[in-house]
Amino acid sequence: MNDSAPLLEVQDVSLSFDGVRALDRVGFDVRGGEVCAIIGPNGAGKSSLLNVVSGLYRAGAGSVRFEGREISRAKELSALGIARTFQNLALFRGMSVLENIELGSDFRGRATFLEQAFRLGRAPREERRSRDDAREILALLEIAKHKSEIVGRLPYGLQKRVELGRALAPRPKLLLLDEPMAGMTFDEKRDMCRFIIHAHERLGTTLVLIEHDLGVVMDLSDHVIVLDHGRKIADGTAEAVRNDPAVIEAYVGNFLD
Amino acid sequence: MAFLLEVLIGGLLAGIMYTMVALGFVLIYKASGVFNFAQGAMVLFAALTFVTLSEHGLAFPWALAASVAVMLALGVTIERVVLRPLVNAAPMALFLATLGLAFVLEGFAQLIYGTQVHGLELGISDAPIRSLPIEVSKLDLFAAGVAAALVAALGVLFQTTRAGVGLRAVADDPVAAVAVGLDLRRLWAIAWGGAGVVALVAGLLWGARVGVQFSLSLVVLKALPVLIIGGFSSIGGVIAGGLIVGASEKLAEVYVGSHVGGGIETWFPYVLAVGFLIARPTGLFGERLVERV
Amino acid sequence: MSSNATAWPSSSDVNEAAASTSRPLRQTLRIAAFILCAGAVVSLPFLVTDYVLSAILVPVLALALAGTGQNLVTGYAGQLSVGSAAFMSVGAFATYDAHLHVPGIPLLAAFVCGGLAAALTGVFFGLPSLRIRGFYLVVSTLAAQFFVEWLFTKVGWFSDYSPSGVITAPPLAVAGFDLSSPGGHYWLSLLVVAPLVALGRNLVRGRVGRAWMAVRDMETAAAVVGVRTGRAKLLAFGVGSFYCGIAGALWAFAYLGTVESHGLDLDRSFQVLFIVILGGLGSVAGPFIGAAFVILLPILLDQVGSAIVGGSVDPGLLQNVEKIVFGALVILLLIKQPAGMARLFYIASIRIGRWRARPA
Repeated sequence: MNDSAPLLEVQDVSLSFDGVRALDRVGFDVRGGEVCAIIGPNGAGKSSLLNVVSGLYRAGAGSVRFEGREISRAKELSALGIARTFQNLALFRGMSVLENIELGSDFRGRATFLEQAFRLGRAPREERRSRDDAREILALLEIAKHKSEIVGRLPYGLQKRVELGRALAPRPKLLLLDEPMAGMTFDEKRDMCRFIIHAHERLGTTLVLIEHDLGVVMDLSDHVIVLDHGRKIADGTAEAVRNDPAVIEAYVGNFLD
Repeated sequence: MAFLLEVLIGGLLAGIMYTMVALGFVLIYKASGVFNFAQGAMVLFAALTFVTLSEHGLAFPWALAASVAVMLALGVTIERVVLRPLVNAAPMALFLATLGLAFVLEGFAQLIYGTQVHGLELGISDAPIRSLPIEVSKLDLFAAGVAAALVAALGVLFQTTRAGVGLRAVADDPVAAVAVGLDLRRLWAIAWGGAGVVALVAGLLWGARVGVQFSLSLVVLKALPVLIIGGFSSIGGVIAGGLIVGASEKLAEVYVGSHVGGGIETWFPYVLAVGFLIARPTGLFGERLVERV
Repeated sequence: MSSNATAWPSSSDVNEAAASTSRPLRQTLRIAAFILCAGAVVSLPFLVTDYVLSAILVPVLALALAGTGQNLVTGYAGQLSVGSAAFMSVGAFATYDAHLHVPGIPLLAAFVCGGLAAALTGVFFGLPSLRIRGFYLVVSTLAAQFFVEWLFTKVGWFSDYSPSGVITAPPLAVAGFDLSSPGGHYWLSLLVVAPLVALGRNLVRGRVGRAWMAVRDMETAAAVVGVRTGRAKLLAFGVGSFYCGIAGALWAFAYLGTVESHGLDLDRSFQVLFIVILGGLGSVAGPFIGAAFVILLPILLDQVGSAIVGGSVDPGLLQNVEKIVFGALVILLLIKQPAGMARLFYIASIRIGRWRARPA
């Protein structure tokens, strides 16, 4: 992994909604290959930050750079090699698990609609490749037996996994996860952790995740950023952040051990 | 110049009629969040009920009262049978259901009441008033007056009565409304019943002008551009929308239509509405919708 | 589970068979069944009366094709459209005009011209979908519907300046084969509809279909995942209208024998929309089931009515009863089974399968 230049650079990002300051001059770097967690009390601006990084919100000030290039709109993400999941699940509920996952890498397809209709030219090859790539993800996330089920009918934990699968399908360089384990049972969390680590190690993806479960954060992350009321109050290794008095104060001593 | 004024006034008067029909839509949109495609059919049904009762010898006030009762009952029944089961359905499904409802009502109305055209006599003359320089009849003025009164009444109801405020709350945030203890079912019944009554008023006034016939239910379609231009949720917007649609369609018909053989009114308001949507997706007075991710 | 989740079956959904036999055997059985069905379908003109061919099979095929087009736009891509009859009209007139003004043009080529003209119209009136979402979009296709009807009535060139605005279709022949008999009309319809449905099926099962469904289910997320939403919507309108255009040409040439814009009015658009709802939004077989229903119901009502009354029934009365039945069915299906009759059949077939497989 190239360690000289940071993969993701967030510089002085500020964001306001109707006069409320959601983010106040937040800046940090994420190096390639690391697992970076963004934590902070509720309302600290974590999701807003992720939404700015992924181009869904436009920052009032500051910039976000990925591999040196500025990101401005959500639709550029896939081509750049960035994928994300959402806090409230943004799955395509009417489609099957397999179709959702295949969609993740569909943006790469070059075959025109005519080629697809007549099954000529590049279409059959691309379709086969897409299916094989998706099967790999299904196996990785252990959801192969659900591949034909409609996503909208699956239990919540599995839906979260499908969303992760869709994000992993294009083998992205950077993966943004917005509370990937929210609302899960202990077992589901443990499995999800396993999959995330596996994805990180096997696919070499850099991770930026928002997470509330501090035990998970401390175990998984190389780099932790703490937000409070829209401001960055700590930025360092898990150990360093854990002992930072400002962080402790923000959480009023609610660390899990 | 006088000609332009006359065309404009004619358009504005037509616009008032559109506004009246659109009011029924607004009631239901505020309460159930759906565009009630069956509103036109309700207008037809209401008018046919009144006319048939009158023709069978019932005096005006009795026929009117009976029609009101019928429309109230119809509105409430529709809400219970069609809307209630679909409470959680996708908006497209709801709309399609009202489309189905429109068909049921139209078929039903014509089955019971027959398909001939009926004349409707309100006792107010539709002949142009001699004393005015432009062609306006007593009926036009009466219709304008009734529409204005209806709009004012609805406006007041929405602001002051419990039901009115409740409806606004439901339109704003149904979940919060329930949390605060509002009886959604009662409110829906009131809204739909009310829409039925508005349909009756619209039906009577339209019927007096053009006769009670099947094409009355096509009036509903013109209400859509009215609502799009004016915004679905504001009564003031509906008025503005109605006037704009009525006036612009008449002007287009006269000034452009004369060059191309006429008939522009059939599609002009819709093209206008598309233009508005592209420029201002929520209409002149409507609220911005925020999509939360 | 909210009915939202069950309302939109995916393309892989309807094809999962609960079979217990091995795969190669299933494959062979499938192919055999397909060949048998195809054979039966093609040889129908020798088995049924001319009446059935002209009054039932041909219009069902034409309407099913229109329904397929509508399905692509509304069922798969989720864009509300009530303009299918307008696009059918464009297809019919364009086909006629191509045949009229390009001497010696093969019939099928004229059909393609009709389809392309309809596709362009569809894309044009679909452009607002790039800015307008959800229910509001209906005004655009409403505008299309009224505008097209007005255009073909006012501008005489389209109908070759015929005083009534109605034109008769030329006799049908493909590659030298005379297809002017009822059987010929049927074969022409089959020849046109079958490949188009197959092509549509390929589209729907691949990337394009996924992009459409993504736009339908959650457009913002689709953009994040890299779906070109604008392009997907316009493609849906284009392909869907192409299908409607060809359906219109079939409707005029193979069924009615005349091209007339008032028969392809808003009511017809609603009928096509109903076909798709009844048959099942987002299913390939749905439009056929819906179309069959729409064509057969009036005939059935007529027979039943005559039997009850003991004579012929007033057509106006029948029409109203039809309206009530269709409307009620649409409402019922939307409440109970939003995935339409296709899903009802699928569920029924599974239940039958289970019932037959139960231990003796």
